[in-house]
Amino acid sequence: MEFLQDLWLLIQYLLAGTGVTLGVTVIALTTGFLVGVLLATGRVYGSPALSAFTAIYSLVIRAVPVIVVIFILYFVIARFVDLSPFLSGSIALGIASSAYQSEVFRGAIISVPQGQMLAARAVGMSRIAAIRYIILPQALRLAIPPWSNEAAIVLKDSSLVYVIGVAEILRRAEYVSARTLEPFLAFGAAALIYFLLTFLTNRGLDWLERRYRLLM
Amino acid sequence: MSDQPILRIDDLHKKYQQTEVIKGISFDVQEKEVVVIIGPSGTGKSTLLRCINLLTRPDQGRIWLEDLEITAPHTNVDKVRQRIGMVFQEFNLFNHMTALQNVTIGMTKVLKMDREEAHKQGMWELERVGLVDRADHYPAQLSGGQKQRVAIARALGMNPHIMLFDEPTSALDPELIGEVLSVMQKLAREGMTMLVVSHEMGFAREVSNRIIFMESGYIVEQGSPNKLFYNPEFERTRSFLGKISELYGENQESKG
Repeated sequence: MEFLQDLWLLIQYLLAGTGVTLGVTVIALTTGFLVGVLLATGRVYGSPALSAFTAIYSLVIRAVPVIVVIFILYFVIARFVDLSPFLSGSIALGIASSAYQSEVFRGAIISVPQGQMLAARAVGMSRIAAIRYIILPQALRLAIPPWSNEAAIVLKDSSLVYVIGVAEILRRAEYVSARTLEPFLAFGAAALIYFLLTFLTNRGLDWLERRYRLLM
Repeated sequence: MSDQPILRIDDLHKKYQQTEVIKGISFDVQEKEVVVIIGPSGTGKSTLLRCINLLTRPDQGRIWLEDLEITAPHTNVDKVRQRIGMVFQEFNLFNHMTALQNVTIGMTKVLKMDREEAHKQGMWELERVGLVDRADHYPAQLSGGQKQRVAIARALGMNPHIMLFDEPTSALDPELIGEVLSVMQKLAREGMTMLVVSHEMGFAREVSNRIIFMESGYIVEQGSPNKLFYNPEFERTRSFLGKISELYGENQESKG
């Protein structure tokens, strides 16, 4: 009976961290999405200079371990700008994710047939209007399957922000493990929560993909 | 009918890398005229159409749309294209939109029409091509012929002064060609100015006012269908028309 009570306390304690994990993930994915779409659009339709810049950005960010990006933001940039560990971590993950997401969206934009742009221009749309109303709505639909992969990765990578002291699931599991000397129980429960979150996220995105599937 | 042509092309040239595709082409299209361009593939017919609505920039030569020289520097190409309807061989319908949305997107986003008016106008354009009952279908749910008719309605929705057709039936199964041709024939009867690249000899003979025969970047010969079919000046025209008529059939009625 006492064991069950302890377990319940443990889960409650970890669930409080789940909100933080979700917060980090949502901020990182949103930042990564907005920056990623802009980068991908610039890469495909921008001037040679802009296109080269986005390619180099993507190359460099993807070559650096995520944890290094987190350290740079927290120990270097957060010294000059007022950033909490939570925000530093979330934005760092967002920057890292933007590079991966830009590759996802670039692939999706390229796979929209070329005739779509021609037809949009032929009815008198400007290049920007054509990208906004014709190309991106199709590209975003095509990007859902690879994007849900990226979403699962960011969700799990959000555990990395524990190194700068953000009390998300993993950090709390570590506290519990240290206090109770029951690492299996603590990390097992953390793993279970991550599994459920990833599973539900993927199910949600699967539904979204079916709902907005592009018939071609 | 005024004296001013709707479209005037003067000494047009276009090169892709080293290959010159169009080597000096000049002709006029008058209001309400239906002109069909024929010629072997790779002779620059599609390039010519793309130059006319500036989807491709010509290297040399000038194009006037009514009184506006559209090849002049600083021309607002988006405004020019609003006045030119374009129908592609591959339809190029917007895949994420219904038939009706395909027709209205240009009206709302380019002409800034309000939604209700665009909806009404869009339904009317679909009516014109006989597809009101397909308004809510997505392109993937339409046959090739229906797609092409929606594409025609989309172009008509912008109230163009001239319509360009780039081999509009070449990607269609034979039994679907007739429905597209009869929509085009109806447009011609309504007085739409049309410039059509096509191998449909029946259409050329019965609907067009003039046929232009192009080969390797030049205009070889042009004239009324009667002249080109029965009394061509050049042997090359005769042999090409002979071959193509054998392949595609002379008589449009036979296709329904």
